[in-house]
Amino acid sequence: MAESHGGPQEAAHGTTAHTEAEGGHGFPPFQTGTFPSQLVSLLIAFVALYVIVSRLALPKVGGVIDARQKAIENDLAEAQRLKDDSEAALKAYESELAAARTRAQAIGAEAREKLTAASDAERKSLEDSLAAKLDAAEKSIATTRTAAMSNVRTIAADAAGAIVQQLTGKAANGKSVQAAVDASLKGAA
Amino acid sequence: MIDPIEQFDLTKIFTIGHIGNQEIAFTNSTAYMLLAVAVIAIMTLGAGRQLVPGRFQSVVELSYEFVANTIRTSAGAEGMKFFPLVFSLFMFIFVSNIVGIIPYTFTVSSHIIVTFALAILVFLTVILYGFYKNGLKFFKLFVPSGIPVVILPLVVLIEIISFFSRPISHSVRLFANMLAGHVTLKVFASFVTMLGALGFVGKVGALLPLGLTVALTALELMVAFLQAYVFTILTCIYLNDAIHPGH
Repeated sequence: MAESHGGPQEAAHGTTAHTEAEGGHGFPPFQTGTFPSQLVSLLIAFVALYVIVSRLALPKVGGVIDARQKAIENDLAEAQRLKDDSEAALKAYESELAAARTRAQAIGAEAREKLTAASDAERKSLEDSLAAKLDAAEKSIATTRTAAMSNVRTIAADAAGAIVQQLTGKAANGKSVQAAVDASLKGAA
Repeated sequence: MIDPIEQFDLTKIFTIGHIGNQEIAFTNSTAYMLLAVAVIAIMTLGAGRQLVPGRFQSVVELSYEFVANTIRTSAGAEGMKFFPLVFSLFMFIFVSNIVGIIPYTFTVSSHIIVTFALAILVFLTVILYGFYKNGLKFFKLFVPSGIPVVILPLVVLIEIISFFSRPISHSVRLFANMLAGHVTLKVFASFVTMLGALGFVGKVGALLPLGLTVALTALELMVAFLQAYVFTILTCIYLNDAIHPGH
């Protein structure tokens, strides 16, 4: 198949032509005459590529990747730092809260004790004063009662004397009236 | 009849000069080599420097990290010395393979002399760096440890033969894959036009090779990447021998 296009191909393409002349066999990859041209082309192209890649491309792309890696690491470190900070703040807050709670409980207990003591004392003094008033009242009742009872005797004796005088028409004997009243009072009591 | 070999023809555009009696021509191959270099240069240098990369920048950074990881895994951290070389090789082969899939273009790596020159470049780099770094210990490469003395000469002979056949297998693999793929594509594509010329029945029949051509193009896209990757990873494995010869 390679031989079939020999004639027109040679006329059209100079390289093929000179290859054929220098012992190529038609099949293009094995046309040794083209080798120097290809090798020189490859040398130029590959050296240019190597220089571009090693001097410009790889440092640039590698730099971008490294910068990204560093940025990510910095961001992660920063995030870790902020997390630690917030955790420390939370811990401080919690310990402060606990301290405040115990303090509040102490204050409450103290206030409760104080109030209880005050009310106890007040109640005691009130009870004492009430008891004293009760005693005084009982005493005054008793004296009033004795006074009243002695008045009752005099009035009863007078009334008895008057009743006797009305009934008998003569003045009653004071002493016997009094004795009768006393006896009656005792009996009533 | 459409000639499936014609696509590999070199056509002279102008003459650069002469070495001895040999004419050095600027050919279509030269143009496509320079095109590949230009594409790589524009891609890598034109990509942005954003912290959060866009699509274009991502492609460049992905290829950077892809080649870097390939070297690190198969040649170790020391292999990063050869990063510019390996990156240039991978990108050059990959871009020229991909460009070659576009119809009417020329595939640089479909010529054995090009792939052989690249393979020899790797081979010489391995030998020169191997002796530079390890001195005579580099010969340990041919003497695997733990081999009985009786069969040692045979093993050493095999190791030496396999070492010197490396540039051949390295280059022929890429060349043959690209050549065969493009010939197959062209043959099936030519069936489409030949059958299409045979009236209605021919046009219907042409649908089969047309579908095959589409499928083959997809396959060739994969092969274009895969062969560039295979060339690159073999380069890394050979460089690993130069860095750590006692395997």
